Amino acid sequence: MWRPGLIIARYTLLEALRSKLPWLFVLAGCAALALAGFLQQLALTESGAVQAAILSALLRLVAVFLLVSFVITSLAREAADKGQELLLALPMPRAVYVLGKLAGFGALAMLPALLFGLLTSMWAAPAQSALWALSLLGELWIMAAFSLLCALGLPHALPALAASGGFYLLARGVGSLQLLAHGNTGAHDGSRQAIAWAIDALALLLPNLDHFTRSEWLLYATGDWQALGLVAAQTAIYVGLLATCALCDFYRKSF
Amino acid sequence: MQQKPLSSVPRTLWLALALTLLLQLSWQLAQRSTPPQARPLPPPPSAAMARLASLGEPLAMSKAMLLHLQSFEDQAGVSLPWRALDYDHLALWLDTAQTLDPRSRYALVAASEIYAGVADPVRARRMLAFVSASFAADPARRWPAMAQATLVAKHQLHDLPLALTLARQLRQQATGKDVPAWARQMEAFVLEDMDQFDSAQIVLGGLIASGQISDPHELAFMARKLDEIAAKKKHAIPGNTHLQ
Repeated sequence: MWRPGLIIARYTLLEALRSKLPWLFVLAGCAALALAGFLQQLALTESGAVQAAILSALLRLVAVFLLVSFVITSLAREAADKGQELLLALPMPRAVYVLGKLAGFGALAMLPALLFGLLTSMWAAPAQSALWALSLLGELWIMAAFSLLCALGLPHALPALAASGGFYLLARGVGSLQLLAHGNTGAHDGSRQAIAWAIDALALLLPNLDHFTRSEWLLYATGDWQALGLVAAQTAIYVGLLATCALCDFYRKSF
Repeated sequence: MQQKPLSSVPRTLWLALALTLLLQLSWQLAQRSTPPQARPLPPPPSAAMARLASLGEPLAMSKAMLLHLQSFEDQAGVSLPWRALDYDHLALWLDTAQTLDPRSRYALVAASEIYAGVADPVRARRMLAFVSASFAADPARRWPAMAQATLVAKHQLHDLPLALTLARQLRQQATGKDVPAWARQMEAFVLEDMDQFDSAQIVLGGLIASGQISDPHELAFMARKLDEIAAKKKHAIPGNTHLQ
């Protein structure tokens, strides 16, 4: 029963490879490398740390942006070409289509994780770079699953892109928002308390992406197996949650 | 897909293209003709806001803030001397960057070796105050900047009381194994420069007695230094013979 799913995953990956997406990753890596090299020349001290910190932040953003854009535009194109309806007319459950797509996007995410992990190993210990790359892979899987959910649920590419961007910003910044909400910066009135509770509730729903792919692992070698375990557990839980949401939504859809 | 010849584009469109291009060029030229004006250094965002804006990359934000600060003296068409910078704001920028990446020494190096080199003693003291406050938060990692600050106070500002205060703070707080003996001895050397020979002897003797210095060469050096101080003291007070 899962053979059609594997075929869908394979063709999703082939589509990405034939749309020159790998070259975009390479190009983005080179551009980030050039910019970080330029900034390194400006640094007074700790030039390697400056380069590693800025490069890793840029690479992470680029990887997420390109992957999310590809997931959403690919699904939007497939829906517009009626390819999706053709596939769903085949004798297979809808879950096979959704999970096959997810597997294809997940396999694609390995490419930037590997490439950018190799780039960061120029400034960091190999073990820390490997940890960073694995964590980036988990982050990309979560984002691929969320973009899949948005692309299947929303009728156009632009709202799906906006929703994915908003989700990423929130997931990356919710820890800082919590610090701000609970900080000692004024009177603790009712509205302030309510906002703090709302942000806490939001944080419970979101994955804690600010603990993923941390630059300090590359700069100060603080990453360990425990950190990787936390990233892996969060990835498994959240990808499972998003895949279930996407399936629930997709099963309700009528074509 | 084949393209049609250029002649297929209507003339009015060519005219519109030329006009808009001309407008853009004129606009840019008009912008350039206004004389460049230096912008004052604004206060930095709070550490919490900078952390939020960093999207979970506080280290990259810290480095970017320091590079931005560093490039602030070279604005479009104007080169600002350090004397023209608002050093209170500068210290706040450095403090925010350091809060975002407390393990980095970048902000302290910039403060103690670059910005403290300004020819204005008030501004230089502001940087030394920043270094001193930062050092107190993490002496084991930040002692090099404090040693540099002591040297700036002594040799650049010629303010021996300030150098003594900084050197004393260095000796009392930088007690880790990685801190070299010379850093803790700086207080004695400043005291010697201030002709406070008794105090210098007490500090050096205390360091030897505390057991913090175990290297035999260091101990021999300190013993020679004690002898030199004793000789200077005798020379300064000829009637004093009890040291012999």
